[in-house]
Amino acid sequence: MSRFDAIVVGGGIMGCTTALWLARGGMRTALIERDAIARSASGVNAGTLTLHMTRAALVPYALEGWRLWAAAATWLGHDVGVVTTPGLCLAFTEAEATLLEQRSAVRREQGAPIDVITPDRARDIEPGLGGSLKLAAHSPIDGHVPAYLTGLAYKRALAEADCTLLERQPVTAIDRLAEGFRVHAGKAVVETKRLVLASGVWLEPLLALLNLSLPIKTLINQLVVLERLPPVMRTVITIASGLLSLKQFTNGTVLIGGGWQGKGDRETGETTIIPENLIGNVQLAAHAVPALRGGRILRSWAGFEAETADAMPIVGPVPGIANAYVIGSVHSGYTSAPFMGRLLADHMLGRDAVMPLFPMDRLLIGTEQGVVA
Amino acid sequence: MSRRFDLAVIGAGPAGAHAAMAAAEAGVDCIVLDEAEAAGGQVYRAPVAKPSKLKSETVEGDRLRADLRYSGARLAFGRRVWLIERGFVIHAVSQGGRERLEAEKLILATGTTERVIPFPGWTTPGVIGLAATTILLKSQATLPGRRTLVAGCGPLLTAVAAGILDLGGEVVAVLDRAPRSRWLKALPRLASHPDLLGRGIGWWAKLLRARVPVLHDSDIGEVTAVDDGLVVKTKGGEPFACDAVAVGHGLTPSTDITRLLGVGHRFAPELGGWVPEQDAFGRTNVDGLLVCGDGAGVRGAAAAALAGRLAALAVARDLGRIDQARFEAEASAIQAALTKAGRFGGAMAAMTAPRADDVFGLAPDTIVCRCEDVNRGQIERAIEDGADTIDQLKAWTRAGMGPCQGRMCGEAVAGLLARHVGGRETVGLWTGRPPLRPVAVADLAVDIAYENIPIPKAAPL
Repeated sequence: MSRFDAIVVGGGIMGCTTALWLARGGMRTALIERDAIARSASGVNAGTLTLHMTRAALVPYALEGWRLWAAAATWLGHDVGVVTTPGLCLAFTEAEATLLEQRSAVRREQGAPIDVITPDRARDIEPGLGGSLKLAAHSPIDGHVPAYLTGLAYKRALAEADCTLLERQPVTAIDRLAEGFRVHAGKAVVETKRLVLASGVWLEPLLALLNLSLPIKTLINQLVVLERLPPVMRTVITIASGLLSLKQFTNGTVLIGGGWQGKGDRETGETTIIPENLIGNVQLAAHAVPALRGGRILRSWAGFEAETADAMPIVGPVPGIANAYVIGSVHSGYTSAPFMGRLLADHMLGRDAVMPLFPMDRLLIGTEQGVVA
Repeated sequence: MSRRFDLAVIGAGPAGAHAAMAAAEAGVDCIVLDEAEAAGGQVYRAPVAKPSKLKSETVEGDRLRADLRYSGARLAFGRRVWLIERGFVIHAVSQGGRERLEAEKLILATGTTERVIPFPGWTTPGVIGLAATTILLKSQATLPGRRTLVAGCGPLLTAVAAGILDLGGEVVAVLDRAPRSRWLKALPRLASHPDLLGRGIGWWAKLLRARVPVLHDSDIGEVTAVDDGLVVKTKGGEPFACDAVAVGHGLTPSTDITRLLGVGHRFAPELGGWVPEQDAFGRTNVDGLLVCGDGAGVRGAAAAALAGRLAALAVARDLGRIDQARFEAEASAIQAALTKAGRFGGAMAAMTAPRADDVFGLAPDTIVCRCEDVNRGQIERAIEDGADTIDQLKAWTRAGMGPCQGRMCGEAVAGLLARHVGGRETVGLWTGRPPLRPVAVADLAVDIAYENIPIPKAAPL
């Protein structure tokens, strides 16, 4: 039976980056994924890099994450098609304008280079904005990633780092050994000293395998893509409430997101589009950029996002279980994801942490360790 | 606007039209929707203008349209259905705007998509599908070009070639993938429908009289654009000068809606490819959802009409509108006729069944996905990189991500992957997602006040 220094369960961007840095740090590492790497939440999300949607407390992490994405070709070793552009956050009503000012101020305090600007200034930056604009916020450093391509880059990088990759092997049981763990994953049974759970919305069932109870809410975020259009916008556009993300990729397609909810089931992995929410989301997008009315909708889909009870991340050791770690539930986590993975890997490799982790103790309820929230 | 019906039928070709008529006869409150402005589907497509010379298909189509009009079924043409929810809620757009209607039962009669096996030059302007050519001929009475080369396989070859001659066009040659022996072998099954066989023989005779060269066991090797048109080289290297090419390699059942709604499918090449799993009446594993016609497995127009009637009978029985005795009496009569019609249609479909090696010979630089300009070399590289599912292959190459959402390239991409993973069954089908057809933003995002956009509550700070 294979024995590893570290096994990461969950091949999203956070799990992949953790595994990559552990392997590069000299650990014999395996990555186990129930589907294919970066194909679930990480492969189907909007790929928005933005500080306008980041929870204020996570801004410093998102800034580091943005830097990693922007330099992916260097440290990952493979281009993932990152485009950095300014980002505009819009307010169309007085209430949204108030929200925008408040939120921008808090994010700026946390280090986000966000300025509140007039509608005229916003139109200088993005001439195609819609008519009823009241106020805007500007960040010079937003951007986007074609999420569906990142898996290929990570796959190559993980292979180069000699990380063992076990895809389509869902974990069904975890045995605790005197030192370490035995993981039953599909046809494979593997042992490891250290275990990292990075399984997104599936953290809850995996933690349950370790007799830990930690509720993870599953958000089901809908996305809509329009067929190629002539250039209609160049920034990443969001709105004050966080319910819109909008960008045009270099190939001309336009992606509309913002967390409008669909239906779905974590157990089966299936998702269903709620048409009314698709229509509302598209109406909002067409209000922000009226030229989108000339486009056609090609496809819509939905992806899972994990959220803890306080909507803050869990990144760090699992309390009461030596050598077990968890990483996930990072709100608007795509921007921060590579940094979060690197942060945890550095911690596990005994390196100095450049920023605090997010201990999960606060969220645990009634465990065998007697830890109570 | 929302109204609830007992039954909604999607598609008003022979299968859907007959399903709607039979349902209405049995007292089922039924609506039939179609993207076209009139019933008839592909085979009985309504001419835009009154044709100078009435063809038998037009006569049959006109009769079908008249019968449907007076059937009592509610007709909704010019409707682009873009999403269907289980239960069923049907979302459509039309010139009148957005529509939403509900139905307890749903019959899908959505027909097929044309399959074209790629070859060098297949995306050259002037090269169009065989089935697409029938639209030009039947609906618009328009020729694809002055001198057309017709190529591919199956009964559409001669139908299209004869149709071009009828309109006064020139057919440069017919390249038939099937050897002559395959037609002869199919004859006994074709003889089950003397009228249809007779029509086919009529087409052949027309080609003979016009001295059109018909090459059997032949297909297009390459098409190149030249100053005054196109040059087609056969796989054997024989050149033909023309200015249009009509090419098609069979029909694939449309599974857009059944995939979206979670119906099980099986791979049945003799029925055109992946088909929804169904019982003898067209019921699927999704409660209340039935399939009929070529979309449920290619067996031709005659069989489609009967299968539509059978599905409607099953709906009427399941809704309690007819009793078991009437159901059994009517169903057994239809089933007997269906078996006979299916024998003919099945023989025709078998001539065009996809073959495992269809795409093996493609050159690395031949375009496979024309929407996204993805060639075979790029697909093979992604497979080497580890793309071992059809969805992963799509993500890494963009094949199937364009406006047609894989309807054109799906067969070829799947065939290329199948070579590496052990067959089409292993490859499976692309995940179905809405919209079922591209839908204009302007059709959904009607101009409403910002305050009326139902924006959910703000995300946490």
